[in-house]
Amino acid sequence: MRAVPFVLCLIVAAFAIFGVGRLIGNAYAFFLGYVVVQYIVLGTAWNILGGYTGYVNFGVTAFFAIGAYSTVALYKLVPAMPLPLMVLIGGVLAGIVGLGTGYLTLRLRGVFFSIATLALAVVVQTLITNWDFVGGARGAYVLRPKLAPLMGGEYVQYLFVIMLGLCVIVLATARAIERSSLGYGFAAIRDDEAAAEAAGVPTLKLKLIATTLSGGFMGMAGAPLPYYVTYLDPTSGFNLNYAVNAIAMPLIGGTSSWLGPVVGAVLVGGLQEVLRVTISSAANVLIAGVLMVFFVIVAPQGIVGLFQRKRR
Amino acid sequence: MSALLHVEGVGKRFGGFVALESIDLEVNEGERLGLIGPNGSGKSTLVNCICGTLRNETGKVTFAGEALDGLAAHERTRRGLARSFQLPRPFGSLSLVENVRIPILYTVNARKVGPGHQHVAHGAIDARCRDLLGEVGLLAKADRLPRDLTQIEMRKLELARAMAAEPRLLIADEVMAGLSHTEVDEIIALLIRVNGQGVTVIMIEHIMRAVMEVSQRLAVLVAGRKIADGPPKEVVRNPEVVRAYLGE
Repeated sequence: MRAVPFVLCLIVAAFAIFGVGRLIGNAYAFFLGYVVVQYIVLGTAWNILGGYTGYVNFGVTAFFAIGAYSTVALYKLVPAMPLPLMVLIGGVLAGIVGLGTGYLTLRLRGVFFSIATLALAVVVQTLITNWDFVGGARGAYVLRPKLAPLMGGEYVQYLFVIMLGLCVIVLATARAIERSSLGYGFAAIRDDEAAAEAAGVPTLKLKLIATTLSGGFMGMAGAPLPYYVTYLDPTSGFNLNYAVNAIAMPLIGGTSSWLGPVVGAVLVGGLQEVLRVTISSAANVLIAGVLMVFFVIVAPQGIVGLFQRKRR
Repeated sequence: MSALLHVEGVGKRFGGFVALESIDLEVNEGERLGLIGPNGSGKSTLVNCICGTLRNETGKVTFAGEALDGLAAHERTRRGLARSFQLPRPFGSLSLVENVRIPILYTVNARKVGPGHQHVAHGAIDARCRDLLGEVGLLAKADRLPRDLTQIEMRKLELARAMAAEPRLLIADEVMAGLSHTEVDEIIALLIRVNGQGVTVIMIEHIMRAVMEVSQRLAVLVAGRKIADGPPKEVVRNPEVVRAYLGE
């Protein structure tokens, strides 16, 4: 399928999903849908760096929270600013941090890069905790408007639509990367950096593109969060859940294709929500962890990889 | 003939170990140079310094009149230096066609179009990749992954990938080790054919039959120093070379 029909399909799917949500007519459906779609965005963003170029980023929460806290700051500075603009700004900020992180750390390979990203998450969390303007350790309240602008209905529907829109953009980008020479370059870096260089691949430049895109999209995924939770403090904004899920979902779904993080997010995100409502709200991380271990052992290529192998 | 590659006083040490000590080497345009030496004599290190995989601490490398020092490996590849790795380093998750596709996308199509250089059109890349694999006899496995290859086939893939970059200078680092008699003949014919198309060739090899057949000139490295350089028949009779290989 070519790029334009693919994007059209994504948009149609997004509209269909939203329509189903309206038919259900229950605000909870949107609250649930938001979480799952948020994880598709977050997982896909992680996969651009972690899956395509093979650099495992443990610092997901740093980028995610930069997006979320930029919204908090903007809300305090310009309360009337439309949310899509806040999402864009959050994404740009996180993207810049991604670029900087990439520049400073990408000389590190493998596990050393991962440790550096973990350190980044700690540094950003410390900075935010000590930044009084956005609430510091106390946290910040963001008043969610009662009604959604333009389309009517509850505000959560608006949040859901924004997240769906982001999801369309991120998935279209991921798939475009896969099929372009950029995707081949990323794969070459993942497989063997020295050989990639010898084949003419500008590895540093490509890795910086990957960290910037990946960081930017993670920031975008986090930007609407303050409106979703209405109260944001560092413990929730930097919650381990986000990092574990953003890594577990692509691994479970399959890292080689854009479809992997989607499958992983729907499966794990959906399962977590069901269990959270029916059994215990603390089982989330356990589910992701157990499934991740299971898939790493049984199906290291993920669910999508299982089907691809059969086709080959 | 003008010198295509100039290596001047190149030195490299790993901690206290001197891997290369002030190496001078010239390779002329269109020449086939053999580079030999016992294991650990610094042949691969020299290749790595020329290609930018390692940085030499002293001396300089000039290619086609341009100093290469400070240039990243990919920039050197784009300027026309291609190499195969002694221990094959295929892109493991990509099929053979895709392996060969990388240098076409990132080297051939990244160069400026001009007289004597054309990009491979998007639709023609696949056919070009298969041609290259055909030249080294890997066409039948074009859509397989490198893990399905034998060590010998992986060496051929290395060579195909290096040639895909349409180099001016091809450095073949022990591509023949472990090959059978007829396979060695195939690669010799291939290198001579490539050379006939105007590509300068440096061949690092232990198989003396191949070295003598391919090389027009022979350079010998021993313990990080170049001890001989000249016509192959004279070099192999050089007492210092004989001593390095066979002992007193």
